[in-house]
Parts: sequence; C-alpha cells; structure tokens
Amino acid sequence: MDKADQKRLLREMIFFRRFEERCFEAYMEHKIGGFLHLYAGQEAVATGVLEMARPGHDYVITGYRDHIHAIKAGAPAREVMAELYGKETGSSRGRGGSMHIFDPTVNFMGGYALVGQPFPLAAGLALACKHKKTDQIAICFLGDGANNQGTFHETMNMASVWKLPVLFVCENNQYAIGTRIDRSTAVLDQYKRVCGYNIPSSQHDGQDIEQVMEAAKKAVDHVRSGKGPYFIEYMTYRTRGHSMSDKTAVYRPKEEEAKWAERDPIRIYGAKLKKAGVVTDEDIKKLKKDVQDEIENDIIKFAEESPAPRVEDLNRYVLDDNPDPRWIGPLQNTY
Amino acid sequence: MAEITYWEAIRRAHDEELANDPNVIVMGEDVGLIGGTYKATSGLFQKYGEQRVIDTPISENSYTGIGIGASMAGMRPIIEIMSINFALLALDTLINAGAKIRYMSGGRATCPFVMRTPGGTAHQLAAQHSARLARVFMSTSGLRVVTPRGPLDACGMLKSAVRCNDPVIVIEHERMYNMKENIPDHEFFRPLEGAEIVRRGTDITLIGYNYSVYLCLEAAKRLEKDGISAEVIDLRALKPIDRETIRRSVEKTHRVLVAEEDEAAVGVGSEIISTVIEDCFFALDAQPVRIHAADVPVPYAENLEKAAIPNAEDVYKGALKVMGRI
Repeated sequence: MDKADQKRLLREMIFFRRFEERCFEAYMEHKIGGFLHLYAGQEAVATGVLEMARPGHDYVITGYRDHIHAIKAGAPAREVMAELYGKETGSSRGRGGSMHIFDPTVNFMGGYALVGQPFPLAAGLALACKHKKTDQIAICFLGDGANNQGTFHETMNMASVWKLPVLFVCENNQYAIGTRIDRSTAVLDQYKRVCGYNIPSSQHDGQDIEQVMEAAKKAVDHVRSGKGPYFIEYMTYRTRGHSMSDKTAVYRPKEEEAKWAERDPIRIYGAKLKKAGVVTDEDIKKLKKDVQDEIENDIIKFAEESPAPRVEDLNRYVLDDNPDPRWIGPLQNTY
Repeated sequence: MAEITYWEAIRRAHDEELANDPNVIVMGEDVGLIGGTYKATSGLFQKYGEQRVIDTPISENSYTGIGIGASMAGMRPIIEIMSINFALLALDTLINAGAKIRYMSGGRATCPFVMRTPGGTAHQLAAQHSARLARVFMSTSGLRVVTPRGPLDACGMLKSAVRCNDPVIVIEHERMYNMKENIPDHEFFRPLEGAEIVRRGTDITLIGYNYSVYLCLEAAKRLEKDGISAEVIDLRALKPIDRETIRRSVEKTHRVLVAEEDEAAVGVGSEIISTVIEDCFFALDAQPVRIHAADVPVPYAENLEKAAIPNAEDVYKGALKVMGRI
C-alpha cells in the first residue's frame, strides 16, 4: 500500500470517529431520535475489511451499528447523516433511521435491528451471486452477541453445504449489550464455533488495521475464489456503550476500558504512520481539523437543511407503488 | 381446457415460471428430489436441477431469510413451508425482514419473494399440524396474502405472485390439494387482488376464503331448498381486502355471514364484519354472524376434531339465524 493510501485510510478512520461523535452530539441536542448505536473504537474492522473487498460491487450487510459500514461501502456520508435526522434526503428517505441505513446503489443492503437476522440475508445475497455467476461476494458484519441466535447455526450450515460466497465478519467486542461474553457464551473464541459447520475460520487483532487488512485479504480471496464461506473474527472494543442508554460503568471495569483505550485503532495506525514517516503530528492535527470542517460545513449542514418526508407520503413504499395490473388486478366482478 | 388437481395446478405454475425466468428458484424442505410433500414441485428438480429447485435443511427461519436475501439481489424465490405451523419459526424473517425491507429502505430495496404454505386442518393431524394463522399475515403491513380456493386460482395467482414485485404469502389447504377444476391449456394469470362472487343470490351474503368457500357453497344449496337465495363471495385475497365487492353485495342482500376455519378472536371474520359495519352499517337488516373454529388447540380424536372445526351444517344454521328462521 503506498503512502497516499495509508494517509487516506488514516483520514477515513478519523472521519468515521468524528462522524460518530457528531452523531452523539446531535442526539444529545435531540436532533437525532430513536436508538443510536455508535461504532467508535471498532473503526479498523469495517475500514480494513472493506478496503480489501470491492465496495460498491460486493454486497455488504450488517446489524444496527451500521453507519460506518454503509459509508465505507460507498453510501454518501451526508445521506447517512440526513437519515439519522429523519430527512427525505436520507439513505432510507427517513423511513429507517440509524438502525436501517440502506443504499442498494452501492450494494449496501441494510442495517437490521434483529440481532442475527443478517446471517441468512447475507447468505441469500451470496446465493444470488453464485446463481448469476458473478464474481461478487456477500460480506456480513455482526457482533459476537449475534452468534447466540439460531440463525447463526442455521445459516452457517446452509452456507457451508451450498458453498456460498459469503464472508462472515465477527466483530467481537465482548459484550452483548451489557452481558460480557463469558457470562453468555460457552465458547469464547468465536471462530471455533463454525468448525462444526466445516467453515474455515481465524481470529485476529481488530485494532491494528494493517493486521485487519492482511487477514481480510486472505479471507476475501478465499471466498471470491469459489471455495465457499469463510468466518473471520476480530477482537475489538467499543468506546461507548451499546447504545445511548446504557452505562458502561455498570458492566465494564474501568481498568479494562483504559487498557483498550491504549489499543485505539486510530492511535495505533497514527503512531505506525508517524514512525514510518508517512505523517507528522502536524498532518494528523490538520486531518482532524479538515474532517471536522467537512462534517460541520457539508454533512451536518445538508442534514439540517434537508426537508422532512411529506406526511402525504406516509403510505408510499409499503408495497410496489406502481404495480403491474396484469398481476395485481383487481379481479372484476359483474354485478 | 383440462381438468387437473390443485397440486398439479401449483406444479404447472412453478414449471412455467421456472421456464420463463432464470432468476426464479424454488426452495423448501423436500421440494426437490422427492418433489414436495404434496407433490407440488414433482419432477422439477429433475427438469431444472438442484441449483434451482433447492432441498433445504429443516431451518425454516434461515432458509426463508436466504430466499429473502436472494430476492433483494434480483432473484425470484418461491419458498415452500411444509405446514403453516412451521411458518411460525420463520416469522422473524418474514415479518421483520420480508415485509419491512421495502418500507424501511424508503423503497430502495425490494424483496419480491413468494412464500407458499398449506394452512388448515386435514385429518387428525392434531394441534401442531393444524394451524391456520391467516390472521397473522393479513395483519402485517408490507405483505400480500392470497388464498386460492381451486386449481384455477392456485395456478394463476401463484404465477402472478412470482411476477409481482411484492412479498406474497400464498395460503393453501391440505384438504384442497386433490380437488379438481378445469383450467385453460394456454398460459393464464389470475390477479392477486379482488374478491370473487362465486354464486349469485339476493337474500344473504356468505363470505369465505380458502376451504371455507366450499362450506358456504354447500350451505347455499341447502338454503335454496328453504327458499333463501344466498350469494357466496370468495375473498381470494386477505390482504388487501376487497371492501368494494363486500359492500356492494351486502347493500343488495342486507345480511352477512363470514365463515372461517380459524378461531374467532382477532380473525378474518372480525375484520370482515368490521369493514361491513364501517362501510354499510345502515344496509344491514340483521346482525352479522361469524362461523369459526372452537377456541381450542385442534384435537386429535376424530370426533373432537370434527366438533372443533366448522362444517357446512354450521354455516347453514348460522345463515338461518341471520335470516331470523331460528
């Protein structure tokens, strides 16, 4: 990877961090409603994995912590923010909100609030890729908590039997909301759980983006080559709570949080690039300033100034709004 | 025209749609090699191959989810669930995903899949194989629900369901698979919306769907001997409901009965009678009546099962009550 790309990746992660922090601020100002799940701390995973895939070409799907996956997949950040603001210009026209970002124009097929639901949907996207004989793959990002859903086991089994081109990325942040993994899960290493389905898997550091990318490249190549699914586990940590309502102090020791703060992905990559002479402290400072300006002057401005959906459009998008009367009818009776 | 059975009609619809569009696939338990528990996909595995007629493991929620995921990427899956009881396992993907993806993506993602399943009591299959559950699906925004009563609709509506861009739930009935009807030899489609007046009458409107249409038709014959002219409506679609056809009929007959095989609470009968009250209350000359199952899990013993499920006699008596004859 050349220096320009390395610098770009660092900027992306700084951007993603600021984007999420700005969401937090907007939420506190009541500009964003509903539930809000932030990705801060885990940036290296989505950024690194998708850097090794083909965003816009490959299908990407995830859970409710979905803003950054959507943006890295190619969804315009201003549309993601507008969605959080509940605006007509949002990724989902204001109908989905934070947990349901969609942008099928770049094959980002949604964020889902049902933990574990994206497993089968991802396998279905992969089934379509295989059926149409394209070179696309489906990438499913979910947390460790999702692996305790029945859909995990059902889907791993079918994806393996049918050799579907799907990459399962497990972002193991060790907490299912506030329940630590050892209190909820019999096997702590998540990558071991797919052995029973004959799916190759591995576990990696999710905080060092270079390690994320190195492992992701192998996994993506494996899946794209037609060898079937792969399950990759990244050890990571979210900086904030599960959503906006939980207090991490209740369930996470301060020492643990402090330990992981040292393993912050932006800090790790920034230090590496400084050491390699790619960036200086001054550069990083400037990146942060640029990102802040962009988010404030373009993204937030766009979200603030966009119109809300029209109430007259409440009933749009329930079913096909322009159905073909040949299939729909209605049947005509003679009276 | 040729007389064929209900299952043959479904098989023909599958065959024609698989031939018409390479993106049509069929998936479900034993739909492939065996050809379906009710033969509805027989021979298609051999004709179109295992990539298009897919035998799934017994994992209803996830294979339904896989079908829905595939439909988001341009496929047209026909998902069979062997019994509507098992569809309860798939309600998460059907209702939380399939019915909502179009809406919560602001119309940007769509999932045009079909889920076929038999609902209803057959012969002593007991509580876990006799559910009806139409009400679960008809109360879910974002779905279409159809209930073909015979081979003509079974073939023509399934073909329309595959072609249309919405998720469609097709509810069949185990007791209908061997019913016969003449259907055209040429390709035809039947619309997914609109009730059908299947018998003309002037004194009372009997409304059924799926198997209960036959109970209404039989009751109508007996009522005729009593000098009562009954009109029979097959709802055909439970979502959306054809309120117009119901209203026009009730404004003519001034009396209405709804027959359903399910329990009464929050059911098809409740919904239809509510629409009658909202749309043409002042046309009514008598209070409406619901004919429905007993409020029990369906029992095994033959006599108990018979007692739990409405029959034509129940519809006949209910109609006499509406007419003020008993």
